[in-house]
Amino acid sequence: MTTLLNETLKESIYMPTPARITAVKTFTPTEKFFKIALPSGFSLAHRPGQFVEVSVFGVGEAPISICSAPSRSNGTFEMCVRAVGKLTDALHRLAAGSTIAIRGPFGRGFPIERFRGKDIIFVAGGLGLAPLRSLIDEVINDRGKFGRIHLLYGTRTPQDILFAEDLVAWANAPRTEVHITVDRPDEAWKGNVGVITKLFPKLRFHARNTVAIIVGPPVMYKFVLMELLGKGIADGNIWLSFERQMKCAVGKCGHCQLHHIYTCQDGPAFSYAQVKHLEEAFS
Amino acid sequence: MSLRIMPKSLLKTWIKHLQSRHFKVVGPTERFGQYVFEEIHSADELVMDYPTSVLPPKKYLLPPRERLFTFNAKTMEMQPDIQAVPTVILGVHTCDMHAVAMLDKVNNTGYADQHYKARREATYLVSVECLTPCMEGSFCKSMGTLTVPENYDLHFTDLGSDYAVEVGSEKGAALLEGCSAFWEPSEADYARVDAVIGAKWQHFPYRLECDVTELPDLLALSQKSPLWDELGERCLACGMCTKVCPTCYCFDVTDEIDLNLEHGERIRQWDSCQIEKFAVVAGGHNFRSSRALRQRHRFMRKGKYQYEAFGLMGCVGCGRCAASCLVHITPVDTFNALHRLRQAAQNGSAAENTASNQEVQA
Ligand SMILES: Cc1cc2nc3c(=O)[nH]c(=O)nc-3n(C[C@H](O)[C@H](O)[C@H](O)COP(=O)(O)OP(=O)(O)OC[C@H]3O[C@@H](n4cnc5c(N)ncnc54)[C@H](O)[C@@H]3O)c2cc1C
Ligand code: SF4
Ligand code: SF4
Ligand code: FES
Repeated sequence: MTTLLNETLKESIYMPTPARITAVKTFTPTEKFFKIALPSGFSLAHRPGQFVEVSVFGVGEAPISICSAPSRSNGTFEMCVRAVGKLTDALHRLAAGSTIAIRGPFGRGFPIERFRGKDIIFVAGGLGLAPLRSLIDEVINDRGKFGRIHLLYGTRTPQDILFAEDLVAWANAPRTEVHITVDRPDEAWKGNVGVITKLFPKLRFHARNTVAIIVGPPVMYKFVLMELLGKGIADGNIWLSFERQMKCAVGKCGHCQLHHIYTCQDGPAFSYAQVKHLEEAFS
Repeated sequence: MSLRIMPKSLLKTWIKHLQSRHFKVVGPTERFGQYVFEEIHSADELVMDYPTSVLPPKKYLLPPRERLFTFNAKTMEMQPDIQAVPTVILGVHTCDMHAVAMLDKVNNTGYADQHYKARREATYLVSVECLTPCMEGSFCKSMGTLTVPENYDLHFTDLGSDYAVEVGSEKGAALLEGCSAFWEPSEADYARVDAVIGAKWQHFPYRLECDVTELPDLLALSQKSPLWDELGERCLACGMCTKVCPTCYCFDVTDEIDLNLEHGERIRQWDSCQIEKFAVVAGGHNFRSSRALRQRHRFMRKGKYQYEAFGLMGCVGCGRCAASCLVHITPVDTFNALHRLRQAAQNGSAAENTASNQEVQA
């Protein structure tokens, strides 16, 4: 018998479960990759695009995307963390063997069953590749059910590229193209330079049978949306993941409220059709 | 449900009875000319006909600061802190009862909050019919909160020398058990209650210039209103308005730990959407970067967003925020100003339409 991790919230929706860091990899000076094991008999059973709340006791808690595919998780999962403040800095100081605590999975992920049979454009800016990775891997693991796949990925410099091994593996998958661009190249960089929207002319797709999934910093959304809508992709076929400040992840603290929606419960994944009329969605 | 009559002189007897049954009894008491909900030790402290309280009784359901669980950072042991002290809250006004309905809804939607639920289930709400307006800033009649909602356990109406006590639930009935202070009502008592409640309405003014049901649409059309900039210029971002509000429930979560970095606790504390850092995310992006945007969010929640999310208004018209704002930003003035701006815009475009129709005809 396995226990789903979120069943442990029965006593208190705020109280996490211990989990162990089993491996740490340094991706960049600010980003680290963590492999996490739940206690024996527990399963996360997440959907791509969902997140967990990660606790370091005495420091606090923060929402972090699950970056591994559900089909690859067996009481374990992965995350990629950028050190930007109290909790994320504390996580960066922890080595394999350390214990943290986890609640979740939370929110609605991407409705992968609705993407079957379609061509897919993934657009990732910076750390946005982390939540997308759970979806990309899930799609690639079930490659036959999906059409052509394009991944557009933009970072600031070549040194900021995350998941380098995965990018190579995806590029080698059948009917899959990976395009990477950097804002500021170094001498060794031979690839694309410039903002992510510059990659769109490289793509050949039928707007009618294409879904696009965008995850990146807030500033990226407006420009990428203009590009995709301009190409004729339907509002309901464009999916995004929203970042908001979150202090509870269970629809109580009010921090993540966007219009009448609680991002932690109804998001973080939304279709453009769901949010396009909501004030502050793209502010 | 059923009605009982209690002579006012026996209120003391009943409170003693409740205390002897180990209920914590709280109610409005006077402190330096204002009224606050506090634990009642003797019935003399209780002021049932208080105008309004500084803080709403919300603090017993969602304390300003609350421990969620304790932890041991070394052994990873955790213990939830779920408090359920049987508490009778006396003298809750009807607006605050509507606010409790809102808190109940939020805390039972999706993931039910066990901390809130435990407190709420151990709480007995004894409401009281408001017979005269409590203060200048309140607008309960406009918001439809001047009658008690169905969530009361007991509801008191002041009949002069007696209280009419409506029993609204099993929990309410339990509070009367074994106490010899209550009588079955006579026909005349029913008539007295009707007369007292019927006579009160004329004393309360309508203060909103539009109907409460028009607020969500009015606000939807006011997202780009210049009024928000005006409020943003004045607002001090002090957060008093949300602190005193009976329907505001937003909180922050922090850890506290001893010097050995071993024993600690996770705490939640009231937070305010009016404070600058409320909607900041990593990287420094702020989704509501100005006071104007934060004021807009506050009033959108009050008259539109919460209604759309939970089916109940986010404002119950208690007026506390109006009374506590140093720069006189009030819901009544805000909603009325938006309503007038809207009407002016409509009259303007109506006049234009008429003018262009006349041109066509000519
Ligand atoms: C659904 C979701 C998924 C996420 N997934 C990931 C992920 O996979 N990987 C990842 O690394 N991150 C992710 N994040 C972001 C992550 O949650 C934040 O980086 C984290 O909460 C920061 O917490 P902290 O304690 O480290 O930083 P804090 O100490 O809270 O500070 C974080 C940042 O917030 C700002 N800030 C905080 N307080 C203030 C203030 N008072 N005034 C001004 N600015 C302030 C600053 O810019 C600061 O850099 C995700 C967020 C969400 C909502
Ligand atoms: S009480 Fe008044 S000044 Fe203070 S945050 Fe609220 S509106 Fe602004
Ligand atoms: S917004 Fe103001 S008037 Fe409305 S319920 Fe809150 S404190 Fe009372
Ligand atoms: S994170 Fe607390 S309500 Fe969404």
